Amino acid sequence: MMRTMIKYVVLDLIKNRIILVYTFFLLLMSLGMFSMDENTTKGIMSLMNLVLIIIPLVSIIFSTIYVYNSSEFIELLAAQPLKRKSLWLSIYSGLALSLSLAFMIGVGIPVLLFDGTLTGWVLVLSGLFQTIIFTGIALLAAVKTRDKAKGIGVAIFLWFFFTLIYDGLVLLLLFQFSDYPLEKPMIALSMLNPVDLSRILILLKLDISALMGYTGAVFSNFFGSGFGMLLSVAILFLWSAVPVWFSLKQFQQKDL
Amino acid sequence: MKICITILFLFLFTDATAKLWRVGAGQQELSIRATINKATDGDTIFIYPGMYKEGQLIITKKLFLKGIQYPVLDGEQKVEILTIRCDGVVVEGLFFKRSGRSSYNDIAALRIADCRNVIVRNNQFESGYFGIYSQHATAAIITGNRLQSDAKDEVSSGNGIHCWKSDSMHISSNTVTGYRDGLYFEFVTNSYIKSNTSYGNVRYGLHFMFSGNNSYISNVFRDNGAGVAVMYSKNIRIQNNLFADNWGGAAYGILMKEITDSRVEGNRFQKNSVGIMLEGSNRIQLFKNVFLQNGWAIKMQASCMDNSIEQNNFYANSFDMATNGELVLNSFKKNYWDKYEGYDLNRDGVGDVPYHPVSMFSMMGERNASSMMLFRSFIVGLLDKAEKMLPVLTPVDLKDHQPLMKPLKL
Repeated sequence: MMRTMIKYVVLDLIKNRIILVYTFFLLLMSLGMFSMDENTTKGIMSLMNLVLIIIPLVSIIFSTIYVYNSSEFIELLAAQPLKRKSLWLSIYSGLALSLSLAFMIGVGIPVLLFDGTLTGWVLVLSGLFQTIIFTGIALLAAVKTRDKAKGIGVAIFLWFFFTLIYDGLVLLLLFQFSDYPLEKPMIALSMLNPVDLSRILILLKLDISALMGYTGAVFSNFFGSGFGMLLSVAILFLWSAVPVWFSLKQFQQKDL
Repeated sequence: MKICITILFLFLFTDATAKLWRVGAGQQELSIRATINKATDGDTIFIYPGMYKEGQLIITKKLFLKGIQYPVLDGEQKVEILTIRCDGVVVEGLFFKRSGRSSYNDIAALRIADCRNVIVRNNQFESGYFGIYSQHATAAIITGNRLQSDAKDEVSSGNGIHCWKSDSMHISSNTVTGYRDGLYFEFVTNSYIKSNTSYGNVRYGLHFMFSGNNSYISNVFRDNGAGVAVMYSKNIRIQNNLFADNWGGAAYGILMKEITDSRVEGNRFQKNSVGIMLEGSNRIQLFKNVFLQNGWAIKMQASCMDNSIEQNNFYANSFDMATNGELVLNSFKKNYWDKYEGYDLNRDGVGDVPYHPVSMFSMMGERNASSMMLFRSFIVGLLDKAEKMLPVLTPVDLKDHQPLMKPLKL
C-alpha cells in the first residue's frame, strides 16, 4: 500500500513545474561551473557552496509548501483505512525521493562525469544527505504549525539557522573562549549541524586541512579515521531520521 | 714570447712528473689506501669498477681521484668514507655507499676540511648520515652529484650538502633527496648555488643561516617536509627557483626570518600551504614572482618593513595574504591579483580602485586558529564581503594602489 502511495506522490511531484525548474537550474549551474574552469577542484569548491546553501533552502521550503498544499489530499487519505504512519512516511519518502532525483540529475551526474574522484563522491553524498535531512526538518516544521504562512516562516528560519546563525554562534563562542583549547569541542559542534559537518567532510577531502592549521590537523585526524568517518555518516543518518520520527509522532496525534 | 715558452715548458715539465695510478681488480694496484700513500702531489688515480671497503680514506696530497663507471666505496655504516684535507683535490665519478652514522659526530660520506679549490663532481651517494660536508673550505666546486638517503626522522638523520664556515662555494646541478635538510649552509658567504634539485627531504629542502652574499638561481625545492627556511642573513639573491608542493601544517614554500636587503625575483611558488612567510625581514624586493594555488600566497608579519612587492602574479590561492597586525610599512604595487574585482575606466591596464589582499577571514584565522573550522562557510563569505565594503579588522593601509587588470607574462 505504502509503495503505491509513494508512487503517486513521486508522480505528482515529477510533473510539478518547480521540481523541473529546480533540476534544470542545478544542471545549468553545475555544467557552467565545470566548463568555466579547467580546474575541476575549483568547480567542486563552487558547487560545494551551492550544495550547502541552495539545496537545503529549496528542499526545506518546497517540502513545507508541498505538505501544506496537499493538506486536503492528506485529509482524504487519512479518512481511508490507512495507517497514519505509512501515509506520513510515504509523503516523506516521495518528497525525499523526487528531490534527490532532481539533485542527482542536476548535480550528481555532472560531478561524477567531470570529477569522478572521491571528493566528487563525497560532494554528491553530502548533497543527498542535505536533501533528505532538510525534507525531514520541513515535515517537522509543517506538522508543528497549523498556519501555512507561519509554517513557511519557521522553515525559512530553520534554513537560516543551520546555514548562517549557527556558524555565527560558533564564531562568537570561539572568540569568547579563545583562551581554551577548542579543537575537540569544535568537532562536537560541527556534528550538531549537518551543513557544517558536510562542509568539513568535503574540505578535508580536498586536502585543505593543512590550511586550517592545528584545528585542521585535529579534524583530519578525527574525520580521516575509520571511526570518525563511520561516526559522521551515522550522525548524518541520525539527522535524516530524528526530525522525521518526531514529525511522525506529532502527525499521529494531530487533529487534522 | 720567451717567457711564454718557458711557462709552457714548465707546464710540460710538471705534467711529466705527475703519475697515473690505476686501482682495481686486474690493475697495477688493488687498494686505494695504499695507492694514496704511494702517490705524490699532482698524481692521478683511476679507480676501476668494484667494491672497495677500505675504512676512512684521508687525502692530504693534491690528487685527482677519478672513478671509472662508478666504483663503490663502502663505509659499512661505520666510517666517514673520504676526507679531503688538501687544496686542489678533485674527486670524480665515485659511488659512496653506506657511510657511518653517529649521534655525537657529524659523520659524512665525503668531507672537505680546511682547504681550497677542491672539486667534487659527478659522484653518487647512497644511504648515509651526512652527504657532502664542507668545513672551513674555500672556493670548492660541488657539482653534478646525486645524493640519496633514507632519512626517517629529523633526529637520526643528516644533511645532504652541508657547508659550515665556507666561502666562495660553487654548488650546482646536484640532486639531493631523503636527507634531513637537502642543502644546509651556516656561515657560508659569497657562494653561488645553481640548478640544484632538492626534494623529498625530511625537514627542509634548503636551510641556511648567517650566510650573506649568496645567490640561489634556478633551483628546484619541492615536496620537502617543511619546505625551505632561511634565516639571519643579508644580501641574498633568490632567482628563478621553483618552490612547490610543500604541503603541511608547518610547511612553507620559503620561510624568511630576519633576511634583509635581498632580492627574490622570478620564482614560482606552487601548491605550498604558505608560499612565502616573512618574519622580521626588511628591504626585500619581491619582484616578478608567480604564486599559484597556495593556501596563503604570502604571510607577512607586522615586524617586516620596507619590503616592496611588485609585479607579481597571484592566481588561485586560497588566501592572497595574511598579516598579524595593523601596522603596514611595506609597499605593494602593480601586482596581478585574480581576486581583484575593480574596474579600469581609462583602460590603461591598471585598476582604478586599490586592492586589499588581506581578507577578513585570513585575519581572523591569524587571531584564532580554531575559527578555521568555518573555512568557506556562508557566514565567512558574507563577513568578507562586508569587510571589503567597510574595513574594520583588516589593515586599511595594506593595499595595492595599482593592481593590474591582466596577469603579467611571467
